[in-house]
Amino acid sequence: MSEIIVIGLDGHESGGRALQHGAKLAKLIGDCELLVAYVIEWSPYSFQTAEENEKRHQRREEEISVAQERVIDPALAEMKKSGISASGVVRHGDVADTLNAIAGERNAQQIVVGKTSEGGFTKRLFGSSTTNLVMGADVPVTVVN
Amino acid sequence: MNFSQKILASLFVFISSVSPVLAQEAQTLDQRVNETFAAFTGPFVSLIFAPLPGTSFPWIVLWLVVAATVFTFYFGFVQFRYFKHSISLVKGDYSDPNDAGEVSHFQALATALSGTVGLGNIAGVAVAVGIGGPGATFWMILAGLLGMASKFTECTLGVKYRNEYKDGTVSGGPMYYISKGFKELGLPGGKILAVMFSIFCILGALGGGNMFQANQAHAQISGIVGDYPGWITGLVFAVVVFIVIVGGVKSIARVTEKVVPFMGIMYVGAALVILLINYDKIGWAFGQIFAGAFTGLGVAGGFVGALIQGFKRAAFSNEAGVGSAAIAHSAVQTKEPITEGFVSLLEPLIDTVVICTMTALVITISGQLLLDPATGNYIIDGSQIATVDGNTGVSLTSAAFGSAIGWFPYVLAVAVVLFAFSTMISWSYYGLKSWTYLFGEGKTAELVFKLIFCVFIVIGAAASLGPVIDFSDAAIFAMAVVNIFALYFLMKVVKRELHSYAARLNSGEIKKFGSH
Repeated sequence: MSEIIVIGLDGHESGGRALQHGAKLAKLIGDCELLVAYVIEWSPYSFQTAEENEKRHQRREEEISVAQERVIDPALAEMKKSGISASGVVRHGDVADTLNAIAGERNAQQIVVGKTSEGGFTKRLFGSSTTNLVMGADVPVTVVN
Repeated sequence: MNFSQKILASLFVFISSVSPVLAQEAQTLDQRVNETFAAFTGPFVSLIFAPLPGTSFPWIVLWLVVAATVFTFYFGFVQFRYFKHSISLVKGDYSDPNDAGEVSHFQALATALSGTVGLGNIAGVAVAVGIGGPGATFWMILAGLLGMASKFTECTLGVKYRNEYKDGTVSGGPMYYISKGFKELGLPGGKILAVMFSIFCILGALGGGNMFQANQAHAQISGIVGDYPGWITGLVFAVVVFIVIVGGVKSIARVTEKVVPFMGIMYVGAALVILLINYDKIGWAFGQIFAGAFTGLGVAGGFVGALIQGFKRAAFSNEAGVGSAAIAHSAVQTKEPITEGFVSLLEPLIDTVVICTMTALVITISGQLLLDPATGNYIIDGSQIATVDGNTGVSLTSAAFGSAIGWFPYVLAVAVVLFAFSTMISWSYYGLKSWTYLFGEGKTAELVFKLIFCVFIVIGAAASLGPVIDFSDAAIFAMAVVNIFALYFLMKVVKRELHSYAARLNSGEIKKFGSH
């Protein structure tokens, strides 16, 4: 069975660095598949208006297709060019929990993420997604600076 | 955005220039609005609140309570048996992780609650206690507990018979389950009932979901800044609502949706603090509630008066049996319609049994209601219990909280304005759904309703409480007349769902996700 590495993308430069690092690892390992993941931050405990709820299903589909087009597809194209086998996944949820869950489902050996760009108050209060992932993941996590 | 800013700017200029000069004239304008309004709505109100022959008991109150009781027995006390399961569903224990990003049970419940938790809990309870005495609280709690079964029935149907469109949006509510459900059962008249419901829902949206809110928001603001004509508050509200529902400025609605839950928690928190400070009086207050429930303690109509007020205000506050919640709950993501029924039964519990009871306890403990020390009965002034400063409605609640926490009326004023606003936004949606059911979905049809909605905000703020509250109650209860009538025919569908679900839950076919 080939080794699987989950790459967490965030649509920013830091995610791109994580992807580069993942590609490097994949080449070193040889028999390795990259699973490129983008998680749309979402909580089932948020408050929405009735109108937002009515259109939620439609919005969700849009969010997924936008993420697929703008983040996942370019990453997959890049990997294909480098001759690395890769697949993509887009999910909604808490970033850290969802990346860990994806790794669990696919029996991935590790997760590679970039250092997150979010800062200030939110980070102080809840910790960044990266920190939460490092603290809570069931597999080794590599954080790329 | 530019457009809305312009409207706001011109509005402020307008108000500041006309208000002092026209204050006198405006008072008479308010009066004229009031008289015309009362004359128009009078017959409708009398019909809905007609007493049972030979009594003073409005038939509509009996209608609601009998329905809630029938559903409670028919579903074998579902509100107690599945209470734990409801909590589990809201927590997301049974939600498929692959549905992440869709409307969760929690979100559907929170949206529905923001439409019901509001002035009914603050002002409505004060009206009930002010007329029916503390004893009304007992009947209110009972109505709340029974109402959980009504809510369960209608919200299950709301999800089961909702319309799912190609573009992924959904529409649900009584008009859909009545027309589709009756057709499925081979019953005639579904379409007519659905149309009737839609008409009453539009009136309810304009009444309880709009005018009552505007009226009480104005009472609250003018109680703090001093008396000024109601139409000014109405105009400001109308403009903000206009910006949101017509202008599509979602950010305002979104901020409200986020602030309102915290206001609700703060309100209950403040009530708890007041109860803790007066912990020695809690026993006495419950004594008043129980004694008043069966004797009336001197209120108009005795214990029946207390009962009518309690039942009426509970129904007005939690809307169980009215059908409005079924519209709000129907957008949830679930493969089992009945799960949303379970979730929705928490609504009357939170709304009536918890929040309304808090208000009633604070008012009772505050001593705002004047007792005759000689008889132990309340002093009656007209049909009302005499209060310290002659306050009624929201100002009574405000005075009760203020007597314990001096600055709280200011917080309450903000809460009332926000509650009023969020309820208006919710009901504008319910009204709109009914409107589009009748006239079809189209930009022009929608705009017409939205404009009518905004006009009624001004009328509601200008009219006096009496006619507004009568019309609001009448319109909302008229929805319940049609909805409950239909529910009696459709409840067997819900029972089938309940049996099937219960069997699969017991057999372990339906289980929590993530449990190994």
